[in-house]
This record gives sequence, structure tokens and C-alpha cells, in this order.
Amino acid sequence: MTPELFIQYLFAGITYGIIYAIVAIGFNIIYNTTGIINFAQGEFVMLGGMIAITMHSFMPIPLAIVVAVLITMVVGALIEMVFIRWLESPSVLRMIIITIGISILVREVALHIWGESVRALPYFIGNEVTSVSILGARISPQVLWVIGVCSFMVAGLSLFFKFTSLGREMRACAANRRAATLCGINAKNMVTLSFILSAGIGAVAGCVMSPITYSDYSMGPNLAIKGFTVAVIGGLGNSIAAVAAGLLLGIIEAFSVSVLPLAFQDAIATSLLLIILFIRPHGLFGSSDLASLKEF
Amino acid sequence: MDLLKRYIPVLFLLTVVVIIQLVTHFTETTYYLTQLTMSAYYSVVVIGLCVLMGYGGQISLGHAGFFAIGGYLAGALTTHNLLSLQEHGLVSLLDKVGLLVDSTGLYGDTLLTVQPWAACIVAVLTAGVIALAIGGPILKLKGHYLAMATLGFGIIIYRIALASAYFGEADGISQVPGFQLFPGVELSGSFGARVSNYYIAWGMVVVAVILLLNLIHSRVGRALRSIHGAEEAANAMGVNTARYKLYIFVLSAVFAAIAGVFVTHYNGGIGPSEAGVMKSVRYVAIVAVGGMANIWGALIMGIVLNFLSLRGVFGSYDDAVFGVILVIIMLFAPEGILKINPWQKIKSLVALYRTQDKEESAIEN
Amino acid sequence: MKQVWNSVLIAAISFCLVAVFSLGACTKKAEEKKEVKKAVEEVKEVVKEDIKVGAILAVTGPASFLGGPEARTLEMMVEDINANGGVNGHKIDLIIKDSGANPEKAISFTKQLIEEDKVFAILGPSTSGETMKIKDIVEESQMILVSCAAAEVIVNPVAKYVFKTPQKDSHAVQKIYGTMKDLGITKIAVLAGNTGFGKAGRGQLEKMASDFGIEVLIAETYDKKSTDLSAVVAKLMANKDIQAVVNWSIVPAQGILAKNMRQAGWDVPLFQSHGFGNVKYIEAGGAAAEGIIFPAGRLLIANSLAEDNPQKGLLVKYLIDYETTYPDDKVSTFGGHAYDALTILVAAIEKAGTDKEMVRDAIENLQGVAGTAGVFNFSAEDHNGLDINSFEMLTVKDGKFVVYNK
Repeated sequence: MTPELFIQYLFAGITYGIIYAIVAIGFNIIYNTTGIINFAQGEFVMLGGMIAITMHSFMPIPLAIVVAVLITMVVGALIEMVFIRWLESPSVLRMIIITIGISILVREVALHIWGESVRALPYFIGNEVTSVSILGARISPQVLWVIGVCSFMVAGLSLFFKFTSLGREMRACAANRRAATLCGINAKNMVTLSFILSAGIGAVAGCVMSPITYSDYSMGPNLAIKGFTVAVIGGLGNSIAAVAAGLLLGIIEAFSVSVLPLAFQDAIATSLLLIILFIRPHGLFGSSDLASLKEF
Repeated sequence: MDLLKRYIPVLFLLTVVVIIQLVTHFTETTYYLTQLTMSAYYSVVVIGLCVLMGYGGQISLGHAGFFAIGGYLAGALTTHNLLSLQEHGLVSLLDKVGLLVDSTGLYGDTLLTVQPWAACIVAVLTAGVIALAIGGPILKLKGHYLAMATLGFGIIIYRIALASAYFGEADGISQVPGFQLFPGVELSGSFGARVSNYYIAWGMVVVAVILLLNLIHSRVGRALRSIHGAEEAANAMGVNTARYKLYIFVLSAVFAAIAGVFVTHYNGGIGPSEAGVMKSVRYVAIVAVGGMANIWGALIMGIVLNFLSLRGVFGSYDDAVFGVILVIIMLFAPEGILKINPWQKIKSLVALYRTQDKEESAIEN
Repeated sequence: MKQVWNSVLIAAISFCLVAVFSLGACTKKAEEKKEVKKAVEEVKEVVKEDIKVGAILAVTGPASFLGGPEARTLEMMVEDINANGGVNGHKIDLIIKDSGANPEKAISFTKQLIEEDKVFAILGPSTSGETMKIKDIVEESQMILVSCAAAEVIVNPVAKYVFKTPQKDSHAVQKIYGTMKDLGITKIAVLAGNTGFGKAGRGQLEKMASDFGIEVLIAETYDKKSTDLSAVVAKLMANKDIQAVVNWSIVPAQGILAKNMRQAGWDVPLFQSHGFGNVKYIEAGGAAAEGIIFPAGRLLIANSLAEDNPQKGLLVKYLIDYETTYPDDKVSTFGGHAYDALTILVAAIEKAGTDKEMVRDAIENLQGVAGTAGVFNFSAEDHNGLDINSFEMLTVKDGKFVVYNK
């Protein structure tokens, strides 16, 4: 394998990987605050891209993206308020089924609004054939946008959770909801906020990857499954580990092309998921004690 | 007497089944029987899943995978032509034992395929063995992990079906021959055999229901109910929870596989969509709507929803309908549609609203 | 107590179901009786009854890029035909069923259309998998089926009542290989999507390569939902012997592959299948779509055809009508398959009247019927009716489809 080929694979892997990581972080944010796995996470990514594309016909790209992200955040908040807020201690099973139902509904609404066609945002810089040369490999500048924007979001989120009072309140909720409520934190609003945040980062990812991967109404479930796989591999709830796990999965998938037939690339993620769940469900970076303390 | 009381609903079911067939006969609307037959088979999957989810407390988002294992194996074995391999040791051995059958295809070519009974047994056994193998590790998981593991299983089966030339890749398997169950009784989709196939399908449903009813009221059933109620307590009482959970998992997988085999022969084919995630979600939706531990609810909902879906009543909104049903039932009637007491529900919602207000004002003060 | 309540509830629901059924069935019977009476009376008037045409299409679901345009095309055409007095004075009653590319639904709908709606003919389904599942059913019931799916096995072995309108994959491959031979290309890579279409194409490509002196160095299948193919492009690029790439897939992979290849700086010719038949795909591929070579029906270059070309008139009309009726969509060769199916059926009815057997015979004897995919010439052995001349090699230049000239 030549160095250029290696770098090419590496970049392909990092591109997929960071997107999976963002979806996984979206899962983790909601999971941490509520214990719910939001199966509709992939739909937030889809909505971000689709809305931005529609908005783009009236406004320039940056504005279109901002509007799309805001609208998706509103959708996230609405979903939480309409479907989840008023349930009293629902069982895990019930929540799983509800979020699956929500994901189906969002998908069908998207189908009836936008039809089945596949669309894309224009490239932020250049067009479909421009590429920059990095260490011998040629990659599209959009890839750099994806990596850059997503890394920025990850960094931003860690700062948010660590240093802002809102972030600390959310972490308090995640740690112990009762205690947080007693401290005066409005737990219900924290839940809504977590949905808004997850929807927002999902939408940003959806916009920034749209020129490369195209957007269509059915792109949600695949992403959700890969995102969940990454979240589990890293340990549910651990976002830094999710980034590492995401990059890991992306790179494995990219390099697999050199040894396996391409047809098996998608089976890798699912197989990894099953293996991790069977052998080490608390993830590579999680601890089994901590996992058994958590209810799920 | 208890025994008899238990079977009264079954007798009702049988009567209704016969009445419907007679009605369609006399009003010359026998075409309804097609969708009723297909719905019956899907309902067998549903009631098996119902017992797994309701009594075993295990969600399975991959049950369509077992259906597909049954259907695909039966379909592939009974359609792939072994004529070219006639000299091969294994093939000639199977031939001598009588497990292969010669036939002429619709377009005049000679075929040498596996006997449907043998194919059926292989298919169902495979499904059972796979369920046994993965059941152990899967059932140790709980909650979301269990859901995702079953989802992953379903996806892998779907991918295998989609990627293998043996299973027809994206086109699936077509021209699956009829399955002669007993002399004179053939399982096939041809228009002449419609009434007999209707009874075969419903016969299977009745048998499945009786089996499950017996199971629920037996020792195994009681053990399962104790697990569903409080697993640690059950363990403490000496109930071998792992074994019972595995047992019911394998049983529901076998039900799904048998249904798969029969539907494949009835339809004359199977495609990868039968293994897909949406199918599994549908089965779960139907069980949820019917009531997690309510076999009759699941059965009725299975028939009604599948019947309407297969007749195209939902048009392009088919998946959306299932999504809506899932959400609404899970929000308002998590015990299933038969246990709704609307007045009670409204009262509890109002009470909830009031206590929320009280809580918030208490905290603020 | 609970058990009794349960049983009563079950009984009540069952009785309701039976009642609903019987009511439905009885009213249907009563309606039919009324209809027969009415028809008898109407024979005295010169009102001709509608011709019911069923269509099973994958309007939603994974094959919606086929079924969507097909359904819209049929609806548009039927409205047009009925507005102009119908076929021989009969209006067409179009019944579209959305199968979502699910074979079990296709089977159920087929039986419904045959027995309940008693349609005259069935158009579709959109995918080969579904068509193969219902081939035997329609043959057994002697129902005319004009399929919009492409697999060779649909018409080979020939079934009396089953026809198809898309061109043969083997002809597309022959066109591609012919062009490659002219360009002196001998070593290629083949990529295909994991749909039925991709599988069929890959099969033909691998089968016919040696006939044209071409060697397939690498052949890979990828998931149709793949969002990035840069890894496999990198792998292919590393093999310096590859002189061209043939991609047999549907959207979005067609555009994604083109982009990945050009971004990686790989300039070898990229050939696509006739699945590239929508100008939206050029938009999707953008600058990367320049220079893609592929075989297609002449619909995409309708405006640049010679005036005396037998297809030009209807192609231009279809283009204008479709894009006016559906301003958000662009015309595509997929919708064209449905256009051809209905055109053929209508042509046969115009010739032979409303007797099913005679219409079937008429279809088999149709010669020189111009459609979007080409000019159809049917026979008892050929239920597809298109030859290699139905294809034109096209390429993309300055963001438009043009005829390919070396």
C-alpha cells in the first residue's frame, strides 16, 4: 500500500467517522439527560440537510444553514414536548417503541414534503471536482469543512458542558435527576434543552455533509444505526469516547475496502455492534460497574 | 372446567373463521380469502412475538429475520435446480433417500429440487438453531442494548439475503412450487386451491394459539410471568430465568420461521423486504397495539392491520400509518388497545397536570 | 371474571368483524347486480363503458425513483387520453396501487386487480423482483401484463401474456463495449449497486466482456445507499492498468462515484448505465458529470433529433407535457417505461377492440410503434420489441445531454 493510498483511505475514514461521532454525541446528550435512546436522531441529520437545501433557493448558503438548524432545533423541542414530556416514568420498552414511531413519522412527512428525489447543497468552496492535495492524497475541500465544523462542535460542546452554568445544570440532571430538581434545576426544561441541542448538532452535520453524501428522505435510519453502534462502542453516555469510537469505525470501514469485497462494508458496523454487545456492552471505554449502576 | 373455559375463545375463533369463509362463498367475494390467508400467517409471527414481548419481557426488533430465514431457505431449496450436480455424492444420496423431486418447470425445463417437506424441516430447524445460538448472549442484555442487538441481528439477515446470489440478491426468490402437505392438500397460491389454503392458514393459527395458551397456563408460563414481573425476585425464588427466556425466544423464532415457509409457498416467492427493519417494526407495532401480553389482542390487530395493508387501503401512507399507530398507542395505551378505559385515562391526565403544578410550585417555594 | 370479560370482548369484536364483512360483501353483490342491470340498460344507449387498467408501481419506498415518475406519467397520460374522448370512445379508468417494491404486496394487489377490480390489463410492476413474483399468476389467469421492469427473465422464457417495455440490459452493455472498443480500451473496472438492476448489469458486463476483447480487472458491488465511494476509488486508482470504469447503479451512487473519481484526480472515462436517465443526475454530479458516457433512449436528447425521426414528435410532447404538469420534476427514461407500456396497450386496443385475447394477439403483432425507449416491433418470440438501435450513446457536455461523437 502506497503512502498516498493510505492517506486517501485515512481521510475517507475520518470523514465517515466524524459524522458517525456527531450522531453518537447526539444520542449521548439525550441519553445522559433522560435515559432515552432517541431512534429519531438520524432524522435530525436528514432534516438539517433537506431544510437547508429548500431554504437555499431563497437565501445564500450560510443563512440557509442557520435557518435549517434553527428549524430542526424547534422540531426537536416539539418532539420532546408533544411526545415525551408528559409521560410518567415510562418503561424502556415503551420509550424505544415511541421513538421508533417518531422516526417513522418524521420520515414519512419528509417523503410527502420533498418527494423521493435526492438533493444536495452546493459545495461551500469550489465545486464537485475541486480538490486539495494533502500529503499526496487528493481530497475535496468539503471534507475539510466536515472535519473542521464537527471538531469545532465537539470542542464547543465540551466547553459548554464544563464551563457554562446551563451545561453544568444538564450534567447535574444526568447524574441524579432528583437531586438536581431539589437544587432548583428545572429537570423538564433540561430534557427539552437536550433534545434541542441534539437536533442542532445533527442538523449542522446534515448540512455540512450534504454536498458529499447527498440528502434524501430515507437517509436517517442508516446513520442512526451507525451512530448508535459508535455510541455503544465508546460506552453509552461518554461523548469523548464516542468521537474516538467513531473515528475507529470510520477508519475500519475505509480500510476494509482493501481486503474485503465492497459489498460487506456495511455489514462491518452491524457485526461490530453485535460483537460489542455480546462481549462488552458497556463499551470499550466504559466501566462495567458504572454501567450496572445505571438503570439501563 | 377451567380447561374448557380457556378454550372457549378458540372455539369462537374457529366459528368466526368458518362463518367468514361461508359468507364470502355465498356473496361471491372469495377474493377476500387471499388477504385473509396472508394475514393469518403474519399473525402467527405476531402472536409468537407477543408471548416473547409480553410474557418474556424481551423486545425483539429483528423478528422478521427469523421469518426470512424460514422463507428464504424453504424457497431456495425448493427452487434451485440440482440437475447439474446430479453426480455429486450428497445429491445422489438425497435422491436415493427420496428427498429430491423431479419436476417440469412452467416453461418446459426439467428440474431437480428438494422435496418441500424436507426443505421446510431444514428451514425451521436452521431458524431454531440460530435462535438458540444467539439467544444466549442476546438475552443477557437488557433494555436498549437488547433492542439494538435484535435490530442488528435483523439487519445482518437482511444483508445476507440482499448480498447472496443463492438467495436471489435484490430480486429474491420466485417461482417457488406448491407444498403438498398431505395427499390432496396442497399449499399454493393458485386460484383453485384458495379455500383449502385459507383453512390451512387458519388451522395453523388455531394450533399456534392453542399451543401458546397451554404454554401460558403451564409451569413455563408462570415462570415467564414471574420473570416479566420482577426478574431478580424470580431468580431469588429459584426460577431459571435464563433458560425460560431462551426457551420462549426459540419458540417465537420457530413460529416466525414456519410462517415464513408457508407464506413463501403460498405466495410463490419471497423478497428481501420480508427481512427488513420495517417489517420487524410492524410486528412490534401490532403486538404493542394489541396489548403486550394479550394473545387475542395481538391476533385481532394482526389480522386487521395486515388485511388492510395488503389490500392497499393505506395507499402510499402505509408505513406512516404504522408509525402513527405506534406512537399513539404507546403514548395513550401502553397496555394495548383492549385495555383502554378512556374516562380513566382522561382523569389520570388531569390529575397528572395538577400534581405537576403542585410539584413545581412546591419547589419554587 | 377477567377471562369472561375478555371472551365477551373477543366475541363482540369478532361479531363486528363478521358483520362488517357480510355487509361489505352483500353490498358489493348488490352493487354488482345493480351494475349488471345498468349495463344491460346502457347497451341501448351508445355510452361505452370504461376500460379498467391496473398499475402496480413502487411509488414510495426504495424504488420510488422508478415508481414515482411512472405513476405521474400514467396519470398525466390517462387524463390526456380521456380528455380527448378515450380509446375508441372508451374512457380509461386507471387504478394505481403502491407496492413500495414489496413483492408480497405486489402479489396481493395483482390478485385484487384480477379478481375484484377485474381490470383489462395490468401495467408495471416497477421492479424485476416483483414482476417475477407475479409472472406466473398473471399467466395462469390470462391477464395481460406490460411490465416496466428490465430483467431479461421477464420475457425469457416467453410467457403468453407477459410483455416488458424497458430495453435489454445486454444491448446497453453491447453499446458500451462497442464504444470502448472504438476507443481502444481493453482493461476496465466494474462497479455495481446491490439492486436487482445492478446485479443484472454486472452479470451482463462480466459475461460479454471477452466478446469485445475486454478484460474486467476488478468488479465490486456496493450498497445502493453508500454515501461515499472514495475508498474504493482509491483502491481502483492504485491499479494503473485500469483504463475505464463502468458503473451500473441508480442515484445517488452515480453522482457520488463521479465526484469521488474526479476529486481524486482520476481522469479515466466513466461509463454509466441507462439508469443515468434524468437531467437531475447531471445537476447532482455537477462538474464531475462532464464527460460521462452512457447508452440511453432518445428521450433525453429529444430536441436535437432530426425532424423525420419517428420518435421525435412524441418525445418532445412527452417532455413538454411532463415538465409542465410536474414543474418540480424533470422527465426521465424511467417514467418513459410507463409511457411506453400504456402506449402499447392503447395501440393494441385501438386495433383489436376490447376483447382481451384479441388485444393480446394485437400486442404480439405490433410493428413500428414509436415509444420513448425506442421503436417497438413485437413478435411471438420477442415480448420486448426493442433492438440495439433503441439505444443512443450519450454524453454530458456543458451540463447537458448530447449525442456522443468520438
